[in-house]
Amino acid sequence: MKLNRENKLLIGLCTAAAILIVKLFNIQIVEDKYKLSAENNTMVYSTIYPTRGIILDRNGDIIVGNKVAYDLMVTPKEVTAFDTLALASVLDVDPDVIREKMKEYYNNRRRIGYQSVVMFKKIPQHTYMKFAEVAYKFPGFRGQPRSIREYPFNAGGNLLGYVSEVNAKYMEQHPGEYKAGDYAGMTGIEAAREKELRGEKGYNIWLRNSKNRIESRYNNGEDDKEAVPGDDIMTTIDAELQHYGQMLMNNKVGSLIAIEPSTGEILTMVSSPGIDVDMLADFGQHYNEILSNPYKPMFNRTVQAPYPPGSVFKLVNGLIGLQEGVFTPGTTYPCSMGYHFGKSKLGCHAHKSPVNFEESIMMSCNAYYCYVLRGILENPKYACIDDAMDTWREYVMSFGFGQKLGSDFPSELGGFIPDSKYYNRYYRKGGWKATTVISLSIGQGEIGCTPLHLANLCATIANRGHYYIPHIIKDSENVEIDPKYKEKHYTMVDTTHFPKVVGGMYRAVNSGFGSGGTASIAAVEGLDICGKTGTAQNPHGHDHSVFICFAPKDDPKIAVAAYVENGGFGNSYAAPIASLLTEMYLNGEIGEDRKGLEKRMLDANLMDRVKVKK
Amino acid sequence: MRELGGHRGRGLAKTIDWKLVIYYLLLILIGWANIYASVQSSEPSSIFDWGCRSGKQFVWIMTSFGLAGIILFVLSPRVYEGFSLPIYLFTLLLLVAVIFLGIEVKGSRSWFEFGPIRFQPAEISKISTSLMLATVMSQLGYRIGRMKDFILTALIILVPMGIIVMQSETGSALVYIGFIFMLYREGLSGWLIFMVGMAILLFILTLTASPFTAILVMAGVGSMCICLYSGRFKWWLLIGVPAIVLMAFVPSILGSLAGTPEEVVEGAVETVVENVSIFSKIKPLYILLAVLGCLLPVGAYRAFRQRNMFSQLALVAMVGGTLLVFSADFIFNNVLQDHQRKRIEVLLGMKEDPSGVGYNVNQSKIAIGSGGVFGKGYLNGTQTTYGFVPEQSTDFIFCTVGEEWGFVGCTAVILLYVLLIWRIVKNAERSREAFTRIYGYCVACCIFMHLFINIGMTIGLMPVIGIPLPLVSYGGSSLWAFTILIFIFIALDRNERKYF
Repeated sequence: MKLNRENKLLIGLCTAAAILIVKLFNIQIVEDKYKLSAENNTMVYSTIYPTRGIILDRNGDIIVGNKVAYDLMVTPKEVTAFDTLALASVLDVDPDVIREKMKEYYNNRRRIGYQSVVMFKKIPQHTYMKFAEVAYKFPGFRGQPRSIREYPFNAGGNLLGYVSEVNAKYMEQHPGEYKAGDYAGMTGIEAAREKELRGEKGYNIWLRNSKNRIESRYNNGEDDKEAVPGDDIMTTIDAELQHYGQMLMNNKVGSLIAIEPSTGEILTMVSSPGIDVDMLADFGQHYNEILSNPYKPMFNRTVQAPYPPGSVFKLVNGLIGLQEGVFTPGTTYPCSMGYHFGKSKLGCHAHKSPVNFEESIMMSCNAYYCYVLRGILENPKYACIDDAMDTWREYVMSFGFGQKLGSDFPSELGGFIPDSKYYNRYYRKGGWKATTVISLSIGQGEIGCTPLHLANLCATIANRGHYYIPHIIKDSENVEIDPKYKEKHYTMVDTTHFPKVVGGMYRAVNSGFGSGGTASIAAVEGLDICGKTGTAQNPHGHDHSVFICFAPKDDPKIAVAAYVENGGFGNSYAAPIASLLTEMYLNGEIGEDRKGLEKRMLDANLMDRVKVKK
Repeated sequence: MRELGGHRGRGLAKTIDWKLVIYYLLLILIGWANIYASVQSSEPSSIFDWGCRSGKQFVWIMTSFGLAGIILFVLSPRVYEGFSLPIYLFTLLLLVAVIFLGIEVKGSRSWFEFGPIRFQPAEISKISTSLMLATVMSQLGYRIGRMKDFILTALIILVPMGIIVMQSETGSALVYIGFIFMLYREGLSGWLIFMVGMAILLFILTLTASPFTAILVMAGVGSMCICLYSGRFKWWLLIGVPAIVLMAFVPSILGSLAGTPEEVVEGAVETVVENVSIFSKIKPLYILLAVLGCLLPVGAYRAFRQRNMFSQLALVAMVGGTLLVFSADFIFNNVLQDHQRKRIEVLLGMKEDPSGVGYNVNQSKIAIGSGGVFGKGYLNGTQTTYGFVPEQSTDFIFCTVGEEWGFVGCTAVILLYVLLIWRIVKNAERSREAFTRIYGYCVACCIFMHLFINIGMTIGLMPVIGIPLPLVSYGGSSLWAFTILIFIFIALDRNERKYF
């Protein structure tokens, strides 16, 4: 054979073919990594979803449990002609929905292939049983069990939180932890303890053939992984009390929080109106309904609503004044229907004059605290009012105000306490003085605290000067809580000043009607309730009714804060509700003489007073 | 059937090259069966079902047979030479028009759409360019060594190629490089192919190793060629090889001289520190360039004194090669499009990316690799049928072959192509007319380029370039084009057999 150009080219052709064949020989026969990869490609992992951890109350009662529901799966390839109407009536859905879905599966048949798709999610057990009886008529349809949440107590949706399928954004925020189809706690306790509650997914490995049909277990299931159920969580909530609080706040807008002062454990946390637990189980379906509710039930007022605290805040100003030495408990100040400065006046109600510190708390005298705040802000100790103002703020913040308390409950907000810079911005430096900000003395004006802050204040006073960060998860076998929840947090006010305040609060409740005590309605015989009313002025309508109380006086077991929007005076709604909750917790029942009050509170409907954006 | 001028040659059965026709039919059948295998799992239906691709392919096959019949029985083999220029110009027009009027498919504007039918002018362009080349190059007095003729030939190839590149169909344009083999057969210097090969090698070396390695290799190969050509191979072995080996050690020698700056103890004598910094500043590349720069004028002087044309050109080529090495990074980063760059990076192993760009190749290799020696059996493939492999009935059809028929099937298919190309080349060589010969080589080159690039892509030898496997991949446009391409050759060939 000549080595002419024709033959050279033919040799080249054979060489090129040889290169291809050698490479093929290499990947098809020599190397086995491609065969292993192919095996992985043919293995199908079917996820086993773990049951979510149970949420218990402080006494071990289940407040969030699990029950079985079914996802109706359909394998479009296996479906034969069926009676759409019969299926619709069994499942209690519109036949058109089924028709539409079948049409959609048909349009996507290439993508779906032999796979099963979820047709209806979370069908309740009784509906599924009806379907199961006639399932033989519907080849290609089957149910897949899935555990969903069950709520034996109406403990309130905002507290418990809801669980829903994760969306793209959520997966982005928790990279690598979730896949589409997983569920996660979105709010409340479910979100706070998602890590413990969710458990660990498992999987079964199946082999499929070239028709994409599942053929058998891989390796007889030896490589399968069991799902690990989520850990149970014990909360500090008292389910019965929570339920009672929920009833008391029914048809009112506001918050009700109870804390055990000696531990900081939250006993009750009601945000009203809330999400009904019946809706919680199937949150997705009710989502739009909840969102469109003008009272914003998703908004957790207990930790997110920054309200002016009203007269309750006088306790803080009083304690700061005592610590700063601007007055003594014996100091008396006059009150002539208010505090006059220049041409202005900060009004007060009719009571005896002059009053001392304890009496000022008992009667909630406005003028007294104007003197106190002026004393604090015009204290010659400080070079200018800016320094005095900032010192005051530091004191206030040491009570936990103006910042997130650091509770384990999610989405807590910090509220607002102004400082000198804030006023300098509004009035320019030197353009404001104590009387400009005088409304701070009675907890009005540029000040915002959440009901949780108020409950914490109450617990601080009950403890005579320290608090534990309010928290909602209890130490249990599975879950260890952060040690910060076991630390005492002292305020900047010496503990020696607190008994006087407690005295005033005791007298406000227990002096009897006609004595001038503002909270006589909250008195319960034998419980030694100490309380302070507040009436937060509301330029948009009825004033807000505020009350904090703790009991018993000398060995406080419970500290309560009630905030009823548009409730009027502190003693009209907040004080009765808070005292009823206290009584229920300490006595386990409501005394005969207070049954009338209880009924009035349970029946009261203030929803009309609340202005909502329509 | 009537023939021109009433001459009646030998009959149809004896003049048609049946072997070619059988190879053609076999490949089409293999393709059709594998298209069915790749779609049947998601949609089990008859192979003739119009709703799935195998059914549509059946229609394309039938129409292809119709086209083949027209070419064999209706058209006279004489028309091609006369009409090649109008056809060529018309195709150029289509190629340009499609940029403006075509629809966009996967980022390239290369398809016309008429109702349910889509077609790609680039496919026709292969035919028209082949015809045009055959026409021009078979003219009396054509000599490829003559500059005028060479430029004309180059233009015929480069103009459609350039327009196709502008359509962002780089893959289809690459096929035109294959014409270089035909040109070689027709007398083009073999050094041109050699230089194209070297350019590709230098490009890859620069990207994967370093410019130093690339230039060193080029210097070695270049000097060897010059010495070989002028019969001084011994000299090259004695001087060239040691010099190059020595240069190869320069980087490590420099490295050991420089030491690592961290080893210098704080407060050591300053001169030592200076020494170190001088050595670490010298880059081996500069030394190499300096050496070459000194040798170049010497070599050039000798080459011109001896009037050694080869040495002169070789030196020019080496300077060009050096420039290429230095512009390789620029071309790679600025001229190539993003997706092309990524594909090359993955191919050269510069980046591991099994789920991104490398996904196709990885899955395709898994599918082919899992076939083993004998494959999993027809319709039993698991990889190709779940859609792990993308484009499995078009560009990646070879995966189905690999998985279901194994190494044996793959080899058989490749050998079938080799037989087809071989047969075309042999027939072309046998032909007495330059037109038929040149056209035959063009056909062989087109099929070869498609074959090598497509299969090379599925097994990771080539970057992912989306061109079909001739006659096997799904698609009417491509099947028609190759049918016409092959059957024009069969008709031309038959015309000669009639009389000789």
